[in-house]
Amino acid sequence: MADHNFIQVLDPGVLVTIQDEGRLAYQSFGVPVSGAMDWFALRVANRLVANPSHAAGLECLAGSILLECEEDVLVAGAGCGCRLVVNDEEYPLWLAVRVRGGMQFGLKPSGEAGCWGYLAIAGGIAVPPVMGSRSTFLRGKFGGLKGRALQAGDLIPLGHPVENIHLLAGRNFSPAALPGYANHVVVRVVESAQAANFSTEDWNTFCSQEYQVSGQSDRMGYRLAGALPLSLANADVISEGMLPGIIQVPGNGQPIVMMSDCPTTGGYTKIAAVARADLPLLTQVEPGTGSVWFRKVSIPEAEVAYRQIVLGIDQFIEEEG
Amino acid sequence: MDAGIVAQARESRLWYPCGMNSTQDKPDDLLPKIIPLSDAAVLLKFGEEISLEINQRVHHAFRLLKVNPIPGILSMIPAYCTLMVQYDPVLNKSGDIIEALSLLIRIHMISGEPMQGKVIEIPVIYGGDAGPDLDFVASSHQLDPEEVVAIHTSRLYPVYMMGFMPGFAYLGGVDDRIATPRLASPRQQVVSGSVGIAGSQTGIYPLESPGGWQIIGRTPLKLFDPDRDPPSLLSPGDLVRFVRLDG
Repeated sequence: MADHNFIQVLDPGVLVTIQDEGRLAYQSFGVPVSGAMDWFALRVANRLVANPSHAAGLECLAGSILLECEEDVLVAGAGCGCRLVVNDEEYPLWLAVRVRGGMQFGLKPSGEAGCWGYLAIAGGIAVPPVMGSRSTFLRGKFGGLKGRALQAGDLIPLGHPVENIHLLAGRNFSPAALPGYANHVVVRVVESAQAANFSTEDWNTFCSQEYQVSGQSDRMGYRLAGALPLSLANADVISEGMLPGIIQVPGNGQPIVMMSDCPTTGGYTKIAAVARADLPLLTQVEPGTGSVWFRKVSIPEAEVAYRQIVLGIDQFIEEEG
Repeated sequence: MDAGIVAQARESRLWYPCGMNSTQDKPDDLLPKIIPLSDAAVLLKFGEEISLEINQRVHHAFRLLKVNPIPGILSMIPAYCTLMVQYDPVLNKSGDIIEALSLLIRIHMISGEPMQGKVIEIPVIYGGDAGPDLDFVASSHQLDPEEVVAIHTSRLYPVYMMGFMPGFAYLGGVDDRIATPRLASPRQQVVSGSVGIAGSQTGIYPLESPGGWQIIGRTPLKLFDPDRDPPSLLSPGDLVRFVRLDG
């Protein structure tokens, strides 16, 4: 096995962590899933540079990071609110771009709405997995690079890309197949465990009013604020398992959507769960400025939507030209 | 999953291997309700209260599903009275997962005794710097600190569930004589390994964190280590015995 290729962090941006599809197998010990907030963006970026879906990439808050590579690499940017930059030249997201050894590259905010930018590098990021995943869990201080956000000067090891990887430069993901990313979105939800604890009026409110995504939101959860709070006789239930996408309603009647770093168990009433197909849309709404409306669908409908997205990803990758 | 067993059961309608028939109501009371939690997870609900009996059925089902894995199941989270099962919706439809789970549970849970978790001994240095609230817990119950230690070490505490933070075990069943409410004002930092009491719960902080439990001692054991396999010293369903360690 040849030595690892490395990339070096020149500017660590606002908050950049190494993330993959998450750490599923240890939830019974209280270990959160973590993983990319926008699973769709990381997965497409990985596929563009011929990485397996479980490869680790960089998740960049506000789409900001600057790196330098020693040897040639193939990279792809994805997500919202940013562009790929290579030596000051800008490229669109959802495109595989060859970066020559010694060049600087990264993501840069574009001024458009969006929250998370992703950078996949051919070969994937090769930090050692912790409990089966390379995802960073900041509060637990494990995973990723020493369990922390990237800092200037960090050297990040890369895995080995497939052969003749640079022939793939120019591949892009069809823009028509992207989810409808926006700062004000309609998101499908399905009923969750305590859906029946809410009155018909509450459900009408939940599915008709606009919810602002509060600035007090992070990788653990997005807090929502609606003009009309939901009314609950008792907001607490006996703690039970939960996962990203679950919408809990505490006593103040304002929902909280669980996100990647959410605790594995929760004791608030669960009204609904964001359809997996639409979770990427919600994660990209900017806390503080963006908003969301919910639309209730059946579980079979949500399942079909998710299957179509997952199975469609490889179909919509187009070769150059 | 052993597809053969499920197919056989479906064919013969022989849900109860020990000779009971499906018109009897009593065994069904022991079976969970299976309700969707999202488009990728269901909850097996065994009851609506915190009780050891209900919790043991949760852990029984958890172990059954680990031994008889159903393809497409990605993870499970046992809690007080529910078992969350997460599955891959690309491979499984919600309806199929619910059917497979209910068949498996019916076949295996009706017969068979719940398996017992292992007993884990946790050595604890009580009082002093390690347990700054031991004297308060004692005086609020008109006890000597020694008596608090004797009572705390006299029981086996079941791990009802884990959550809140990696490696944190919810241990129930604290003796009323030492059950004590949380601190009025939580501490900024509680050292990892600290053993505390909150109401009728007792627990150990696996990581340094803020916290409001009454800290009566500290264990030198590392409850959670991300680089160890398994990372957690305790597992849901285990039984914990605290043992006094002279500091």
